[in-house]
Amino acid sequence: MNQMTGAQLIVRLLERQGVRTIAGIPGGAILPLYDALSGSDIIHHVLARHEQGAGFMAQGMARVSGKPEVCFASSGPGATNLVTAIADAMLDSIPLVAITGQVPLPMIGTDAFQEVDIYGMTVPITKHNFLVRSARELLEVIPEAFRIAMSGRPGPVLVDVPKDVQNQIIEFAQFPPVAVRSPSPVVQVEQIEAAARMINEAERPVLYLGGGVIHSGAAQQAVNLAEQAGLPTTMTLMALGSMPVDHPLSIGMLGMHGARYTNFVLEESDLLICVGARFDDRAIGKAAQFCPNAKIVHVDVDPSELHKIKNAHVAINGDVAEVLDALLPRVKVQLREGWLARVAALRTAFPMQFPEQDNPRSHYGLIHAVAEALDDEAVITTDVGQHQMWVAQAYPFRRPRQWLTSGGLGTMGFGMPAALGAAMAAPERTVVCFSGDGSFMMNIQELATLAEQQLNVKIVLMNNNALGLVYQQQNLFYGKRVFASRYKGEPDFLRIAEGFGIPAIDLDAAANPQATLAQALQTPGPCLIHASIDREQFVYPMVPPGAANTEMIGG
Amino acid sequence: MIEQVAEPLQQASFAKVVLELDVNNHPGVMSHICNLFARRAFNMEGILCMPLSSGDRSRIWLLVFEDQRLEQMIRQLEKLEDVLHVRRHGAEHEVFERLEDFFH
Repeated sequence: MNQMTGAQLIVRLLERQGVRTIAGIPGGAILPLYDALSGSDIIHHVLARHEQGAGFMAQGMARVSGKPEVCFASSGPGATNLVTAIADAMLDSIPLVAITGQVPLPMIGTDAFQEVDIYGMTVPITKHNFLVRSARELLEVIPEAFRIAMSGRPGPVLVDVPKDVQNQIIEFAQFPPVAVRSPSPVVQVEQIEAAARMINEAERPVLYLGGGVIHSGAAQQAVNLAEQAGLPTTMTLMALGSMPVDHPLSIGMLGMHGARYTNFVLEESDLLICVGARFDDRAIGKAAQFCPNAKIVHVDVDPSELHKIKNAHVAINGDVAEVLDALLPRVKVQLREGWLARVAALRTAFPMQFPEQDNPRSHYGLIHAVAEALDDEAVITTDVGQHQMWVAQAYPFRRPRQWLTSGGLGTMGFGMPAALGAAMAAPERTVVCFSGDGSFMMNIQELATLAEQQLNVKIVLMNNNALGLVYQQQNLFYGKRVFASRYKGEPDFLRIAEGFGIPAIDLDAAANPQATLAQALQTPGPCLIHASIDREQFVYPMVPPGAANTEMIGG
Repeated sequence: MIEQVAEPLQQASFAKVVLELDVNNHPGVMSHICNLFARRAFNMEGILCMPLSSGDRSRIWLLVFEDQRLEQMIRQLEKLEDVLHVRRHGAEHEVFERLEDFFH
């Protein structure tokens, strides 16, 4: 017979589930759980400086490992501070288990100190959530939280545990089994055959890969399908890395900031094979005018994504890897010389342009210089804004899980804590976070965590002293009425970093920025690399919000 | 730029349907279901929920409009962990009709 408190039980269940690192911040209502965690020799706790940072560290770990990772927060403001990181995980389908302390059961509903209804607040931003009412329920709830987070389309689960439940002592005979992924939906052979037939008969097919390819570990199968059937392949922001960008069949990222030729290839296609993508508005522009002449084959593990934005001619509900495995033997080998020649002609006529790529003091040049100094083993994270789109356009992503970015929610402040998480999950890799000054300041406090953990994280800060993408949109679409997008003050980021105990270098002052950058990237340990960029440089091409993808401006 | 301007949803002109849901009976299930309709801006005309005799399950009846998003709403409902089964009935289903006496 085992006898322990609810808090000890949670720690034991997390250990058994394979959790090795937890990011979080303690507070009154979660102190019993922290007390129990202090007794664990297996789990390493990383003390964040803001709960949102802890949530993004757990996300960074999960985006690299592919497994559910855990963050802790106390009740009230601790829990509400997690909300953005949870919503971000929901939109990008990241497996996350958030455990929050709650006021004791008898005090729930009394407006007690640091009481909020985090259960109610997280209903729309979690796959599922729990308010645990007895320690015995934990035996079921904790494994269930992991099972839900990693099964089907991954996502976040919140478990809210009142303080008295953490302290309650229970006896039980044996631990529940370690949670495993539920089986994927069974794929119907007729649908696979229908999809194969459409691919075999199409004249101008395009393969459209989404984040589901990464989550399902299906990048190799996707590349095989493209090669076998001669499919030009586009990737969403979330799918970058699933096919190496320099693969001859890659036509790069589609959508709002995709290359002109990519959107033109899609416009001419007669069959769109959408794999693990969800026709997001930033990817497809105006839905009614996206791929107007194409039939659609849509593969997704989430049945509610099928027919949601575009009706599919063949809709396959299943795990992307399993579906592609079943599809591959039925797809004919085709060279498609005519169509690929047309794609090549479009690429030549409307190429992606990287002006000043050889100048490391320009935005594309800086990204290029970082890539030159690293190999494909490095992990790249970004914040959100112009720098994110430039990195998405210009960085040579060549493997899945090389690229971590906040896609669906677009959360400024994601990049640095996610980079910390990535470095915790993969300490052997160099992790580079591209950030902008606006984003960086939204979770800048995690520099303290970085200094403490001495992780191999480099922050490349592209500083234009503005909310650059807002500034861009005001210039392009709001009659140049620039308002609330330029900062008046200019913080000294080098001194800020040094104040936190992080070495910092200024590329502006470097005589040879390329060499200085390479040396900083190759020195183990944390570093802030500061580079000023030109505020008047905009992200091009750009599809205006609400327009069709073929109505690009610039680039 | 193409201005994105809201157009009011006009659901009232659609036919009504009745959805019958089998769900786990525990606190929070109603909040998951109501929240789903609220956040996807899908109007719910009527709702009725009672525990089944076994006690561990409940049945929920929803009266909703049959607009083009109904299929999507049903798929979203089926995704909820506590929703075990969704059945769809026409508006002629008598559950809400028999309740109408209480609403005069």
